[in-house]
Amino acid sequence: MFAEPTRHLFFTGKGGVGKTSLACATGLALADAGRRVLIVSTDPASNLDEVLGAELAGTPTAIPGAANLFALNIDPEAAARDYRERMVAPYRGILPAAAIQSIEEQFSGACTVEIAAFDEFSKLLGEPAATAEFDHVIFDTAPTGHTLRLLTLPSAWSGFIDSSTGGASCLGPLAGLEKQKALYAATVERLADAAATTVILVARPDAAALREAERTRGELAALGIGNLQLVVNGVFAAAAGDGAAGDATADAIATAFAQRAQEALRAMPAGLTQLPRQIVPFLPRGTVGLAALRQVAAPERAEHPATASTVSTPLPPGLPALIDEIAAAGHGVIMTMGKGGVGKTTVAAAIAVALATRGRAVHLSTTDPAAHVAAAVGDELPGLSVGRIDPHKEVAEYTAEVLAKASASLDAAGRALLEEDLRSPCTEEIAVFRAFAREVDRGRDGFVVLDTAPTGHTLLLLDAAEAYHREVLRTRGEMPEAVTQLLPRLRDADYTRVLVVTLAEATPVHEAERLQRDLARAGIAPFAWVIEQSLLASGTRDPLLALRGECEIPFIRRVADELAPRCALVPWLPVAPSGIDGLRQLDC
Amino acid sequence: MKKLEVFDPAMCCSTGVCGVDVDPVLAQFAADLQWVEAQGVAVSRHNLGQEPQAFAANPAVVKEMEAGIDRLPILVVDGQIATTGLYPSRAQLAQKLGLALDGTAMPAKSGGCCGPKGCC
Repeated sequence: MFAEPTRHLFFTGKGGVGKTSLACATGLALADAGRRVLIVSTDPASNLDEVLGAELAGTPTAIPGAANLFALNIDPEAAARDYRERMVAPYRGILPAAAIQSIEEQFSGACTVEIAAFDEFSKLLGEPAATAEFDHVIFDTAPTGHTLRLLTLPSAWSGFIDSSTGGASCLGPLAGLEKQKALYAATVERLADAAATTVILVARPDAAALREAERTRGELAALGIGNLQLVVNGVFAAAAGDGAAGDATADAIATAFAQRAQEALRAMPAGLTQLPRQIVPFLPRGTVGLAALRQVAAPERAEHPATASTVSTPLPPGLPALIDEIAAAGHGVIMTMGKGGVGKTTVAAAIAVALATRGRAVHLSTTDPAAHVAAAVGDELPGLSVGRIDPHKEVAEYTAEVLAKASASLDAAGRALLEEDLRSPCTEEIAVFRAFAREVDRGRDGFVVLDTAPTGHTLLLLDAAEAYHREVLRTRGEMPEAVTQLLPRLRDADYTRVLVVTLAEATPVHEAERLQRDLARAGIAPFAWVIEQSLLASGTRDPLLALRGECEIPFIRRVADELAPRCALVPWLPVAPSGIDGLRQLDC
Repeated sequence: MKKLEVFDPAMCCSTGVCGVDVDPVLAQFAADLQWVEAQGVAVSRHNLGQEPQAFAANPAVVKEMEAGIDRLPILVVDGQIATTGLYPSRAQLAQKLGLALDGTAMPAKSGGCCGPKGCC
């Protein structure tokens, strides 16, 4: 797929865009050409095992059916647990139990997991000996801008580690990793080395995924990582007559499907248009297994049916019944959750519009960094207000609030130290968390619909909620009521209704199952599942799209019959579900 | 040369901005330690979350912690426990260490008289 690829390849992008599939397809193509290839996943929600059809471990495993291809899966949560245990174990029985417990708490946060993942990953990238036997090392994830900033923050290292009294925040729990400093520096350097590393931004041909790719491009460029390429995955071209106007054989769904992709590509952010670009065509059968992966690299060899499938299955009902049940409750929080790109925003906005239409007061709010809820709703509707948790704004407000509160009792040196700490990346997490708690609090009086960020981030948010909850219980200081009430409210089925949003495809359903299990651990039970963008329900007669529709059946059955307490299904809509009228299509 | 050791509770940063709510006392205390250091005192600071070995190596500190984790922070001056369960003000630090306050840059209110959250 890539001419003369560099030794290291990173695939990054919004959840569900096909990072793992493309990483595997690229690795397989290189292995088939005789190179020795290692594929690595550091994603806590990785499905590398499933895509390659092999049981993987933390060390390179040979993939059956593909000579020269090896893969390994790093679970950053397990790495964080191991790290925590290494730090704590020597002191059991020496320090009091309460002290051990308070040390453990310090290693339970989101930062520890993120850094533990980077730590594992540095061993592969920063130590040439670790991967010497491979010609290519391919990663299906890339460290986030947040992690890279954290580790390259000169003040973080010099401030915390070199001096005993100063203090930069997030690295605190990781001071034990000081010896890794040189390794981290080597890793970041290698990432920025264009001769050794290429970062591949993966997007679907839709506006949100392309916006996310552009955001990542900017972040990486600011860190000196400039050897970037763009892959647009799953571009569909209408089969019959290319959907040209007046062509009687063109299927309306297929025409709209192709047009939507072309429009998104035309409106691609300017920064992305400068990058070398590849288009991967739409493959109806998905990309699980080696045979399917070989088709990604050579799509011209894929066999497509000539006629539309007529296989069907009883479909779950649409959204209106769910919305009626929610409306009857009178108030509360509705959270749509799921992997990025599954349509959480659309479902959240449609429910908000439908509740407002039923005469209820509704506030629609998002924590999605790509915040396009406001764009989805567009016009004004009585009873509906739209807000966004804007991280930059929240950080500015939180910083100002903290400094205002503290400055009365601080001298100049104390104020300077506090300001330094407030520049740490943790501040954003805390500021956003507080804003989230505040939005949930609004559900006491009316309806609040929250369109949460993608799975990984959402769980970190909830994980943070749990950590804060524990912190709150032992803090003597005054706490905002909204914060102390957050977790109990998220657990209260009469207060919070979680809707798990998914697509009827392998990866999104497995991700959603994992999400439901993670929520269960946090004591939260989803109210319902919503299957979005079903081609099976769209009524398309296009052979390719109908085949994708047929492939949805086992997943629709699994969700409706086994996973969901209540289930609703939304067809793929030829008229884009944006704006109030567009969103009302989901409520009829 | 006088020696001051500070044994902090487990926290992820020395100013406390990572907690649910910021604690100005911690930021001020960090600044006061810099002042103490400038007066020629050897200062070392240990966070339970990061340097448990420093705690384990000090039997007097472990004994205090066994009596209750809220005895932290513990300040040790030349090997003797000087304070427990609070961050002293600059004036209190000066007194414990036999330093003269130079009268410069004293905050209006040091706030550290009653525990880490300055709750009095």
